[in-house]
Amino acid sequence: MSPDRLIYMANQIGKFFQSQGHDKAVPGIAEHIRKFWDPRMRSAILAHLDQGGAGLDANVRDAITTLKQT
Amino acid sequence: MSLIQEIDFGTPPAKSENLVTLTIDGQSVTVPEGTSIMRAAMEAGTQIPKLCATDMVDAFGSCRLCLVEIEGRAGTPASCTTPVAPGLVIHTQSERLKKLRKGVMELYISDHPLDCLTCAANGDCELQDMAGAVGLRDVRYGYQGENHVFAEAHGKANAAWMPKDESNPYFTYDPAKCIVCSRCVRACEEVQGTFALTISGRGFDSRVSPGMSESFLGSECVSCGACVQACPTATLTEKSVIEIGQPEHSVVTTCAYCGVGCAFKAEMRGEEVVRMVPYKDGKANRGHSCVKGRFAWGYTTHKERILKPMIRESVSEPWREVSWDEAFAFAAAKFRAIQGKYGRDAVGGITSSRCTNEETYLVQKLVRAGFGNNNVDTCARVCHSPTGYGLATTFGTSAGTQDFDSVEHTDVVLVIGANPTDAHPVFGSRMKKRLREGAKLIVIDPRRIDLVQSPHIKAQHHLALMPGTNVAVLTAMAHVIVTKGLVDEAFVRERCDWSEFEDWAAFVSLPKNSPEATAIYTGVDPTELRAAARLYATGGNAAIYYGLGVTEHSQGSTTVIAIANLAMATGNIGRPGVGVNPLRGQNNVQGSCDMGSFPHELPGYRHIAGDAVRESFEAMWNVKLNKEPGLRIPNMFDAAIEGSFKGLYVQGEDILQSDPNTTHTVAALSAMECVIVHDLFLNETANYAHVFLPGSTFLEKDGTFTNAERRIQRVRKVMSPRNGLADWEVTIGLAKAMGIEMNYTHPSEIMDEIAALTPTFAGVSYAKLDELGSAQWPCNEKAPEGTPVMHIGGFVRGKGKFVVTEYVATDERTGPRFPLLLTTGRILSQYNVGAQTRRTDNIVWHEEDRLEIHPHDAEQRGIRDGDWVRLASRAGETTLRALITERVAPGVVYTTFHHPDTQANVITTDYSDWATNCPEYKVTAVQVSPSNGPSEWQKSYEEQARRSRRIAPVVEAAE
Repeated sequence: MSPDRLIYMANQIGKFFQSQGHDKAVPGIAEHIRKFWDPRMRSAILAHLDQGGAGLDANVRDAITTLKQT
Repeated sequence: MSLIQEIDFGTPPAKSENLVTLTIDGQSVTVPEGTSIMRAAMEAGTQIPKLCATDMVDAFGSCRLCLVEIEGRAGTPASCTTPVAPGLVIHTQSERLKKLRKGVMELYISDHPLDCLTCAANGDCELQDMAGAVGLRDVRYGYQGENHVFAEAHGKANAAWMPKDESNPYFTYDPAKCIVCSRCVRACEEVQGTFALTISGRGFDSRVSPGMSESFLGSECVSCGACVQACPTATLTEKSVIEIGQPEHSVVTTCAYCGVGCAFKAEMRGEEVVRMVPYKDGKANRGHSCVKGRFAWGYTTHKERILKPMIRESVSEPWREVSWDEAFAFAAAKFRAIQGKYGRDAVGGITSSRCTNEETYLVQKLVRAGFGNNNVDTCARVCHSPTGYGLATTFGTSAGTQDFDSVEHTDVVLVIGANPTDAHPVFGSRMKKRLREGAKLIVIDPRRIDLVQSPHIKAQHHLALMPGTNVAVLTAMAHVIVTKGLVDEAFVRERCDWSEFEDWAAFVSLPKNSPEATAIYTGVDPTELRAAARLYATGGNAAIYYGLGVTEHSQGSTTVIAIANLAMATGNIGRPGVGVNPLRGQNNVQGSCDMGSFPHELPGYRHIAGDAVRESFEAMWNVKLNKEPGLRIPNMFDAAIEGSFKGLYVQGEDILQSDPNTTHTVAALSAMECVIVHDLFLNETANYAHVFLPGSTFLEKDGTFTNAERRIQRVRKVMSPRNGLADWEVTIGLAKAMGIEMNYTHPSEIMDEIAALTPTFAGVSYAKLDELGSAQWPCNEKAPEGTPVMHIGGFVRGKGKFVVTEYVATDERTGPRFPLLLTTGRILSQYNVGAQTRRTDNIVWHEEDRLEIHPHDAEQRGIRDGDWVRLASRAGETTLRALITERVAPGVVYTTFHHPDTQANVITTDYSDWATNCPEYKVTAVQVSPSNGPSEWQKSYEEQARRSRRIAPVVEAAE
């Protein structure tokens, strides 16, 4: 799926968790994406991360990195 | 079957807990203090003659028919206005009373036409009944004197006579038959709260007057039908009764319009509906109705209903009518071919929030067990999905916390992003009744909705915020509550996670969240906001009611969380009168969500990844389920455009008209290889469909709906499906063609399966619902009769969870090209995409969508009231006519979305809620300019729709 739209959606999730601080935000974002995104959306954002992850906010990038590890 | 007649006790019940014992006609009767003698007698089984009394309104004491004698008291008091007292000895029949009553009736009848045989109320006339009850045999006064009955008297026109008012499409007003009992006037005031009717004149000149002696249609009347229901004669009569005659049997069922879920008696003659009358024992509506449920059911027999299945290879071809079996086989082959070519996940389904729980359950079962994926979603995606996320996060379950009766105990009503008098009118009336009794009102809405100021109601505070700033306003209210020490600390310490509360309290206390700091972008006067916050926190039982003005934003879920935070911080949860109350848009939004319509959740809001839950479904369905969440509606569209999603089964939702950014939806539907539309009419989505499966109406099937207060109510079949199959049978047919066995012979068996698999529904069965009338889930071993109020003594999730709600402005911004903000909503007489209500006489109240614009903005653009204007956003443009009004603030414009030719959603954008992808319908940056006619889009759309709706003529086989 279009990475632009997914990047936008992921960053939107990131903004909600922003004020909870990095330590809570990263697992929060990762869990949200794992719970609500269908596998093709998750693979597309992981593929985007593999290609450098341009446009992803810092917490979001960290969260997607942890998704990759699980 | 027979006609259901609820007992009319004559006056409303008393609420006192003190009991009083008295004697009526030699029988000892014990009733609550404050009960009228009339009601006490009826409780004991004695019907005292009456005309002006009915238990839907307070006693009035005008007809003088219900007189009684009380031992030791002088005179013959009216039993409707005289309360019981301990030890009273009452006689309801005596020589004196008989004579008095007969005299009263004689006077009434002397000014009433004697056309009983041809009168529409014949068989349902209280005046006739009372004449019989008092033994009236003669009218000594004759009909020669002054009267309201005859158009002419003594060869001259009779000035006291008035012709019938037939202006309302659904009922007539015949002043010649009026006995001026005021029941209609009082029903309009007390039950509906519109105050459209009055009695004009005095003495013999008295008559019922809509507004200032206007026609019913021209007055403020909202056509709720309460006056017609209250009328004891044929003065106010349904046109359908005039045309058809009196019904012979009735069946209790549930309205298929909004989320209030009114119970109705479908009054029938054979399989023909004579009228729909609100059912007094319905716990959601308590005997009241609105213009939609009461009258707007004509769509069920509308000539445009499609009654035969249809198929076609491509949308450029005309439709071809086929048998059910051929349609199922065609659809199944297409879906299996798509899965063969593009993979298992390339198809999905959308369940309908208008269909029954059982039908919704079957569609999600078809997707999960049959398609082998979890690509199932529901129209709740585009309305209340943020409620699901927000309330599950904070309280632990996705549901409103109260029943509707709760509002009777509320001291402060906070309405945010909802317009109950238009969109949830029957509950709106109940709310208004409480407000007239003195409850305080806070309205948070960009638009001056009717509740802000209407007869005998005035909001204490109207915070007219800029669209898109809900979170900032609610967080500013929390700022005031925390910094001014108004938190209910005992409640929070006992019921909530204290450390999360502390984090939240520290956050909301930051100066950036103060009313003064946020006013710059919310546009809300800080003093007013502070007063509103103080009122909410300290005014007694405070309840929040909200609608799609909360959820349909990029921060929809955050706003729901902010609402929950406020309720927890002030201790307004867990008892009658308080709570968080989402007003659901459609009849079964709550139910469709409960039934596992979301791609990540099985019935009962349990994540698909949970092994134990998933395995229980696998065991029951005898199939291995996919544990990955599926696509949500907007994701389906994106995947379709990208090429990985090719087939969609849509039950009872018009996604093309109702989803945002129509151009995008058209592109998505056009990219699919098989779209199955299962609906009553060739809706807009059907223009891009390959299979059309005709649907059945709520009158043609059995099932249940769950309303906004979690109340599960029966839908009962009153006529055979005109299309041949009930909707649950259609889904079963499709499933069988795909090789999936679904062996149900009645929807009750589907409910039994739901109950077996879903802990919150464990105690639900059709037998239970028949016995109780309805039940609010959770309904199980712990709560065998259901749960009117949730979170009593503790939250479902354990400790209530406070979550920080940072305001993030939407990316949909105004600028030089698009300087105004468009927000959208519903109107009383129409319902959502209008597929049903546009096919009824409700069209007389709203024949087109209009663009509300403030006089200042209109003048700047040279726009006059009624002018055609071009409404353009970054997504698209359309045209419609302007309505100049101060209801909207400068800078804000508003329209409804009931008409497909307006296409309000051509304008709305792809922005959506961060958590749930619920579209941001409520904020779109637009420009408005004068226009000469339809936009290019509208023209090309109309042409496509015309071509796509062609149905090939059936070719008769040659001999």
